[in-house]
Amino acid sequence: MIPDRAHLDRLDRSWRDPPGFWGFLTTVDHKRIAARYIVTALFLMFLAGMLALDMRWQLSVPENTRMGPQLYNESFSLHGSTMLFLVSVPLMEAMAFWLVPLMLGARNMAFPRLGAFSFWLYFGGVLCLWIAHAADITPDLGWFEYPPLSGPAYSPGHRADIWAQMITFTEVAALAASVNVAATILKMRPPGMTMARMPVFLWAMLIASIMTILSMPAVMLVTSMLIADRLVSTHFFSPAGGGDALLFQHLFWFFGHPEVYIIFVPATGFVSSIVETFSRRKLFGHSAIVLSMMSIGALAFGLWVHHMFAVGLPRLGNDFYTAASMAIALPAGLQIFCWIATVWSGRLRLATPMLWVLGFVATFVIGGLSGVMTASAALDLQLTDTYFVVAHLHYVLIGGAMFPLFGAFAYWYPKATGRLMSERWGSIAFIGIVGGFNLGFMPMHFLGLMGMPRRVYTYPPGMGWETLNQIATLGSAVAILGGLVFVANALWSYRHGQPAGSDPWGGSTLEWASPSPPPAFNIAYTPVVRSLTPMWDEGPGLPAMDGLGLDRREVLITSVTAAVPLYRQKSAGPSIWPLASSLAVSAMFIGSIFTPWAIAIGAAPIAATLTGWFWPDRPRAGSDAPRAGA
Amino acid sequence: MTAMREFELVGDLSRLPDSETGARHLVWWGNVGFMVIEGTAFALAAMAYLYIMTQAPAWPPKGDAMPGLLWSSIFTGGLLLSALPNLWVLHCAKTKNLAGVRWGALAMTVIALLLFVPRAFEFVHLGVPWHRDSYGSLIWMLLILHTTHVVTDWFDTAVLGVWLFTHEVGDDQFADVEDNANYWSFVILCWIPIYVLIYWLPRAA
Repeated sequence: MIPDRAHLDRLDRSWRDPPGFWGFLTTVDHKRIAARYIVTALFLMFLAGMLALDMRWQLSVPENTRMGPQLYNESFSLHGSTMLFLVSVPLMEAMAFWLVPLMLGARNMAFPRLGAFSFWLYFGGVLCLWIAHAADITPDLGWFEYPPLSGPAYSPGHRADIWAQMITFTEVAALAASVNVAATILKMRPPGMTMARMPVFLWAMLIASIMTILSMPAVMLVTSMLIADRLVSTHFFSPAGGGDALLFQHLFWFFGHPEVYIIFVPATGFVSSIVETFSRRKLFGHSAIVLSMMSIGALAFGLWVHHMFAVGLPRLGNDFYTAASMAIALPAGLQIFCWIATVWSGRLRLATPMLWVLGFVATFVIGGLSGVMTASAALDLQLTDTYFVVAHLHYVLIGGAMFPLFGAFAYWYPKATGRLMSERWGSIAFIGIVGGFNLGFMPMHFLGLMGMPRRVYTYPPGMGWETLNQIATLGSAVAILGGLVFVANALWSYRHGQPAGSDPWGGSTLEWASPSPPPAFNIAYTPVVRSLTPMWDEGPGLPAMDGLGLDRREVLITSVTAAVPLYRQKSAGPSIWPLASSLAVSAMFIGSIFTPWAIAIGAAPIAATLTGWFWPDRPRAGSDAPRAGA
Repeated sequence: MTAMREFELVGDLSRLPDSETGARHLVWWGNVGFMVIEGTAFALAAMAYLYIMTQAPAWPPKGDAMPGLLWSSIFTGGLLLSALPNLWVLHCAKTKNLAGVRWGALAMTVIALLLFVPRAFEFVHLGVPWHRDSYGSLIWMLLILHTTHVVTDWFDTAVLGVWLFTHEVGDDQFADVEDNANYWSFVILCWIPIYVLIYWLPRAA
């Protein structure tokens, strides 16, 4: 059956946002929040790319004068901090926000207002870093700001504080987002979607969220300790006061290494979705891929010391972390074999999203292999702080996470907009970005082996580094041109692309059962799941249940493992309180850069706005009020 | 392939209840999520303490006084005893005892407020300012971290108490009381290792 007009109209009235600017400020629609995240992060990616190009220009000839050392320091710090904290992780969260409810056939996230709060706080972090940059208070110590250099003795002023507090903003946002995503996946799966029937994408987002919850407190703690050292003269990291600068590195990398996988694991979710659809067969080794993700998630917490091989830790410790770092290549490799087996045994369709997957596999394998090389403590001691590491981390992060993300963008773009992107321009963008990327970063392996250190603003002539640097600069320019084609294609297709319909690729999972773009309520009925690929295995009528509220916002809560329906939960509507709370929190964070009293004084408006947020405006649950949807 | 997918209705959800209790409720999981985050922060702060302690030649460093046991023991005793009324409130929430959750929330608000007194004296008797050395910095950090939780849950309980008295209380509100009581149990449990770290490890070292 097709849902009747009156049914859809009632749902729309209950779930649509208020019109205009007020609706913009108060929305709790997961799709709008995710779209904001994505647009903001992509714009920042563009800015970070421009910074990268500028740095490549500086390095293209020896003793170039385009930048002095200070501007170069600021450029790579802003580039790295933006890409790691404001682009990579938030983009993955945004994809979860947008896709998880759709893939569950649910109407919204578990905690809709918390989702809005996450975005506004993330946006506060963006403004914290970039307004400071406009005011010439740009952090200049890289994306990990080690003491003692970042301590009060060597970094007066507020550059280091801006960096540390930007992290607090984004990490609170990320932690709130992760609890939201995890609760949604655990408690809002459609009837029948047992854990064994969860698509790999949902597993990826669940595992990445749990990893975030367990790792990001470390960086919040360590940056707060750094600010305390700088502001109120504590001695966490000052050896003169009995502190230890290495404690910072331990805590930072206890977060920093899992973060790489917090970015990579969602990407494997994208890849699994794309490979399944474009191979037109069920994913080979579903359980093996999920178990690999779990072991990557666990091993990621045992590797952090491989970032610290050069600091002189005990040899036995280094050996352990070498072994653990090499071990993680096994589950990562297992996943790749499963994808290859799926493609091999399926009927491959080489559309743009699948091209990105092929680009990912090739590039990520190179990054993985250079990772196995640097996992060896002895070799790492030679390579650390050289361009080899710059090449490795970009192969892993751009190849391992951004290429799948671009593929995911092309894959789900028709779902989000109702139109397909141009395949021809998509292929040109793919060639430009992947070709330019490899041209840009492959030579850096050799530059590193030849001894060129990272984070130097120039180099003398006669080192033999000129040609490779010029190739790298050329490659970067080509990649950025490819990126511009990608964006232009997305913008052009938004109005002129071919209409997509609800399921243009013949996808296997439930998001393709919603119209494109999905309405405010996502889906007319609650789907019932009987297999891993419900869109392929059911007949013309997708089994579904009626009975969720039509005249009030209601979501279905199910049991954690078997997804048995438990109860109908009222879902929060539009509210200004998430924005108000995030403004109060932002004021406290910014104030605490300058005075510790800001924490005490700033607590009052935070308490007031959170009280407003949680003050119950709901009708009495379990009352004899007319049952919605009845 | 691009046509809108049709549905075949196989069941009706309208007879399901409007709310649930305990781990069946959605918000219980959100609460657990935040407890795991904060518990991880406590654990990492404790690891930082132990890391610095193992590097130090003496703990506390020479010249630093031992942290006072009187007020910390009063606080610890009071906090542990507060588990009893807290568990009673939890029981009231589970059995949907309206008067019980109203007066229980009020009682817990007063109890948490009373605990501020020994906690304030704890700070006075830590024996070392936070800016003297890393030992001082660490014990102040641990105590501030825990105090933040006590204050937050006190405020949360107070707000909860106000609206329990002023609003009609439904199943979702009982679930909120349950979550709040669970959070206070978390505040109690976190304190035990921190108490040992701040007050007894320097004496044992």
